[in-house]
Amino acid sequence: MEFFETELDNGLKVIAEVNPAVYSAAASFFVRTGARDETDEVSGVSHFLEHMAFKGNDNYTADDVNRIFDELGARYNASTSEEVTLYYAAVLPEYLPKTFELLSTLIRPSLRDEDFEIEKKVILEEIGMYQDQPTFTVYDKTMATHFADHPLGRSILGSTQSITDLTADQMREYHSRQYRAGNVTLAVAGNTTWDEVLSLANTWCSDWPSGASGRSLDEARPAGGVELLTRESSVQQHIMSMSPAPSARDPLRYAAQILAVIVGDDSGSRMFWDLVDPGDAEAAEIGFNEYDGSGTWLTYLSCQPDDVEANLERIRRLYADVNESGVTAEELETAKNKAASRIVLRSERPMGRLSSLGGNWVYLNSYRSVKADLDAVNAVTREDIRKVTEKCPLNVLTTVGIGPLKSLALN
Amino acid sequence: MANQEICIHTFDNGLTLIVEPMADVQSAAFSMLLPAGSVYDPTGKNGTAAILSDLAVRGAGDRDSKQLSSDLDNLGLQRSEGVGGGHVTFSGATLATRLPDALRIYGDVVRRPHLDAGQFEAARMGVEQTLTSLIDEPRQRLFQELRRRCYDAPWGRPSEGTLDELPSISVEDVQQQYKSGFRPNGMILGIAGNVDANEIQTLVGEMFGDWEQQPVPEITVVPADRRHQHIEHDSTQTHIGIACDSVPYKHERYYDAWAAVSVLSGGMSSRLFTEVREKRGLCYAISANLNSLPNEARVICYAGSMTDRAQETLDVTMAEFRRLPNGIAGEELERCKARAKSALVMQQESTSARSSAMARDWFHLGRITSLSEVRDRIEALETGTVLDFLESHPFKNYTVLTIGPTALDVT
Repeated sequence: MEFFETELDNGLKVIAEVNPAVYSAAASFFVRTGARDETDEVSGVSHFLEHMAFKGNDNYTADDVNRIFDELGARYNASTSEEVTLYYAAVLPEYLPKTFELLSTLIRPSLRDEDFEIEKKVILEEIGMYQDQPTFTVYDKTMATHFADHPLGRSILGSTQSITDLTADQMREYHSRQYRAGNVTLAVAGNTTWDEVLSLANTWCSDWPSGASGRSLDEARPAGGVELLTRESSVQQHIMSMSPAPSARDPLRYAAQILAVIVGDDSGSRMFWDLVDPGDAEAAEIGFNEYDGSGTWLTYLSCQPDDVEANLERIRRLYADVNESGVTAEELETAKNKAASRIVLRSERPMGRLSSLGGNWVYLNSYRSVKADLDAVNAVTREDIRKVTEKCPLNVLTTVGIGPLKSLALN
Repeated sequence: MANQEICIHTFDNGLTLIVEPMADVQSAAFSMLLPAGSVYDPTGKNGTAAILSDLAVRGAGDRDSKQLSSDLDNLGLQRSEGVGGGHVTFSGATLATRLPDALRIYGDVVRRPHLDAGQFEAARMGVEQTLTSLIDEPRQRLFQELRRRCYDAPWGRPSEGTLDELPSISVEDVQQQYKSGFRPNGMILGIAGNVDANEIQTLVGEMFGDWEQQPVPEITVVPADRRHQHIEHDSTQTHIGIACDSVPYKHERYYDAWAAVSVLSGGMSSRLFTEVREKRGLCYAISANLNSLPNEARVICYAGSMTDRAQETLDVTMAEFRRLPNGIAGEELERCKARAKSALVMQQESTSARSSAMARDWFHLGRITSLSEVRDRIEALETGTVLDFLESHPFKNYTVLTIGPTALDVT
């Protein structure tokens, strides 16, 4: 695998990891914009815009975009997070040029009024769909509560009201501000050449307007608290908690990832043995989520309503023990083996490589090979883990519950 | 498409081993199918296989539950235990050099599991937790309940189990299902990755060669109640499921059936996505898939819409099913073929995808279809043959199930 990078005159960053030993090539645009870059008036516009991107430009209708991607046999889609909107496609190498042309149209769509009104209905259906998924609802509500006065607390989907009120003009204004070349990273991985990538980027992206938008990176200072959404008709209780963790640029992030594997991976972790293995919870996990300037420990518990308080108490004791006594050498070794294997397996497909390739560039402006990632994981020591818990102890600062419970007593 | 080398060996006791060496990857994956799935659950004890799949890894050979889990984690094995109608399945992927050690541990899981009474209650509770959480997830519940209504028992029974029946299952039931279902005759082991086929065959022979056959248990078929039904649920959307009969994977016209379903729902330019979502904005999620058992198959379609628009979603979707035999454009079929061929090539980048596809092939067909054979079958498809198929084998016996606040009019 060989890595290349450059920047076009308009500020578009171009990176590629070329690997002739694979069967496909994958290309993606990482646009540095998401829910945190919105205001109340346009809440949900980043995600709505991601849908509108597929509605075509002056050369292609909405039908054309879907039809041609399918004709090329592409695996393609897009996603929106708090911080990044991602457009991607994986294809056989011979179809990369046409696929790339189409992918590049997604960044500069026409945003026609009639498409906007139809797609608004789809977005409202998507909001309805997620309302029927307690796991998603509890995440959205926990982010909003934990990051109450911070941009990271904004909902990705927006609300039924904010989407209903949103106008196409507001979306156009947001697009012209956020979708400038300096905000975009083009990442390509797999069976291609650097010459091909450069030529495609110059052909289809060099006329994009230059410039970039800023974003406040002030670290969140969450106040914490407890919130309960009572749904009498449901049977299971879903609890999510957050507390501050290292940010995406923090050198401790590898140690934080390893710590999350030790404490709360979905199998073989302390929380697994303590709560899931005995059958006391359907799920009990901790994840490490990193953002620009902030981070969270995200605890998720799903269990019978009557068991919530006892289970939360066990989780708190478990966290206190880790914060105080650290982890064992054996636990660290096992977690490293798990993490290393995941890195290798994910890297075998170009689509799998794209996320870490683009992510590292967007957040750290650096290239990390598979080997570099493996080395970083293997270098984590118990002392690093101690530094993590010293700086950001495992905790349940903000807690949100969805389910039958009418009250929740936290000691 | 690269030349595939696929080595198949059926041992004297009936165990079939299929190995595909893949030189360009570092990983190896296995898929181990044991004929102990939920169709063998005793009447009134649906969930026995689900508990068995969990209990089998809670200690085997000279390892207790924690030791077993920790040893697999140290091998970097990304693993899962699953249960389907026909099989309990153990699958995993890791670095190819570690595969033999992982397989040896699974040799214990399969032949020397403790199935300890002391672990039984925890395993049963785990299954209960999973089933309880499904009640709050209308979309997932719809798939389970639709299956129950469109396939005769025991194939329509939920492989995860039935909540009401769990209390009647004992550890002896699970041990009995183990004895009758964990057997070499009917067992399939698919392996793909950077491995030597001869070495693997020697190892598997050492592990399982002296294992004695067991008689194949009989199952009793009870016809499903295929009337249209509605389940009332306090949800935001109405979740719609449609099932109808088609031909199974082993049928000589299977690829025609696959093509017909792909025209309806393969990719974002397919008919359902275009007519229901893109033109009318009636839903976010809509899909139809061909689901195959050994001797029968169903097209299973899902859509979710806000309650006041759900009737229109159902009507438009049903109209698309009915319209299909009237004609298929050449370019519609060509898009389905392009997507399928591309997916076939990319399958060669994933050892997990290859190992499970080969095990599935052997179960359904008693042979392995090479990727080039599949490609040839796909390339041979023409609109005339697909339409001819729909005339001789029309989608029939529609079952509609809805979950939501109000019932719909099914005509």
